[in-house]
Amino acid sequence: MLETKDILETINMIDNEHLDVRTITMGISLIDCIDSDIDKACDKIYDKICMYAKDLVKTGEDISREYGIPIINKRIAVTPIAMVAGVCQTQKILKFAQALDRAANTLGVNFIGGYSALVEKGFAAGDYALIESIPEALSVTERVCSSVNIGSTKAGINMDAVKMMGQTVVDTAKLTADNNCIGAAKLVTFCNAVQDNPFMAGAFHGVGEADCVINVGVSGPGVVRAALEKADCQNITEVADLVKKTAFKITRMGQLVAQQASQRLSVPFGIVDLSLAPTPAVGDSVAHILEEMGLEICGCHGTTAALALLNDAVKKGGVMASSHVGGLSGAFIPVSEDQGMIRAVKQGALDITKLEAMTAVCSVGLDMLVIPGDVTPETVSAIIADEAAIGMVNSKTTAVRVIPAIGRKAGDELNFGGLLGAGPVMPLRKGDPSDFIHLGGRLPAPLQSLKN
Amino acid sequence: MKAVITVLGKDSVGILSKVSTACAEVGVNIIEVTQSVLQDMFAMIMLADIGSATVAFDQLQKKLEKVGEDNNLKIHVMHEDIFNSMHKI
Repeated sequence: MLETKDILETINMIDNEHLDVRTITMGISLIDCIDSDIDKACDKIYDKICMYAKDLVKTGEDISREYGIPIINKRIAVTPIAMVAGVCQTQKILKFAQALDRAANTLGVNFIGGYSALVEKGFAAGDYALIESIPEALSVTERVCSSVNIGSTKAGINMDAVKMMGQTVVDTAKLTADNNCIGAAKLVTFCNAVQDNPFMAGAFHGVGEADCVINVGVSGPGVVRAALEKADCQNITEVADLVKKTAFKITRMGQLVAQQASQRLSVPFGIVDLSLAPTPAVGDSVAHILEEMGLEICGCHGTTAALALLNDAVKKGGVMASSHVGGLSGAFIPVSEDQGMIRAVKQGALDITKLEAMTAVCSVGLDMLVIPGDVTPETVSAIIADEAAIGMVNSKTTAVRVIPAIGRKAGDELNFGGLLGAGPVMPLRKGDPSDFIHLGGRLPAPLQSLKN
Repeated sequence: MKAVITVLGKDSVGILSKVSTACAEVGVNIIEVTQSVLQDMFAMIMLADIGSATVAFDQLQKKLEKVGEDNNLKIHVMHEDIFNSMHKI
């Protein structure tokens, strides 16, 4: 029999502590849509996505209603478009972005990811053209998200791609300058990108994946914070145990939703991504969890240790709750989407160097950072290179999603609205890394890549 | 399928009767009821069989939510599996 306190706990988590399933993401392979005629390829893509995902939004809403769990986003991830575009022998691959956007609009999903290229070791046919088209693609479409993988522990870092991406990020921000530079918020540069990530903007459907699959991303920073607040933990081990127990419950809910979605859509279940993803809502903040552990403000000394504990405990708690765990799985630290982070930046407690250190122990990287609009492409490339190095050496995913705020300087603010939030423009470090970035070439893979 | 109906709010006369009447009107069979009143806060949890309900799940939800609004109560109707999966291994 169900216990009263358990029922009330669940209802309280949903009503007051922002417990939700952040996303149901359907991964769809586009390998069978490849065609040398770009218009035919785009038609096939549009038709396949619309056929496979026609019930995605409705199914998500049905599950949400029956189980009483908010399911915030329904999304689609597709095969990296550079692979599909390679055969077309044209530079005008923007049509692919428009086809994806059309499909997303028709279906009512809020984002579609996979306008991507994987170039960690070098460029194949289609990769150059895709990266060059990103700024325009993100400015003329509404729901398309783009990502580029420029490094991995196995392959090292493709510094030519790093150089290109610096320019791409700045150009994307410039092209969408009249809309809060929003394009750059839909572009992620990865090292060790994962193939089954359900979260945007970095989701794509990896080449080793099945034809179609359902991945679910759970969330719940507010629940973890509230659990810590209610409990009176006597030492750090108790804190870790409490986070584990809470993560277990959150993940069980994600697993249930994933199974239901998979069953109702007749699509195999892929993974549950155990991530603590904050939202701009008050009380749904990763920074506030760290502060609940006893830090005066996120960003002060001790923050990296607290985040390491949180990230590890979330995984340990979640892993037993789901039959397949994958994606990014850990704590996210997107600055503009997290009230606690924004406060810490505004009060001068959190800067880019501390964030960089934090990315060594959390699940992704420098995320949703608003930087001054006069930043040079080389500096953005250097930020990407630093993050990629952390990911490469530590065998983990790292990512960079920075938004150059065109026409604004440190201390100003950029407001995206919705889930992307608002962020203060953060100052960067002094000095010019241009000569280093212009060296280009491949940064060799570290010794830990030789595991065989 | 079984649903968990939770009723939360300030205690007042006839809550149980109003909720159970609404359930009976649409063929929902109440299997189990627990309730507690803490100071003047009222919490009632019902396990109900909705297998032979005469309306769809979302209509049942709307109906009970309406009863809640009219009486200043918060009423949730949720599939029991959410609680089973979160709190049982």
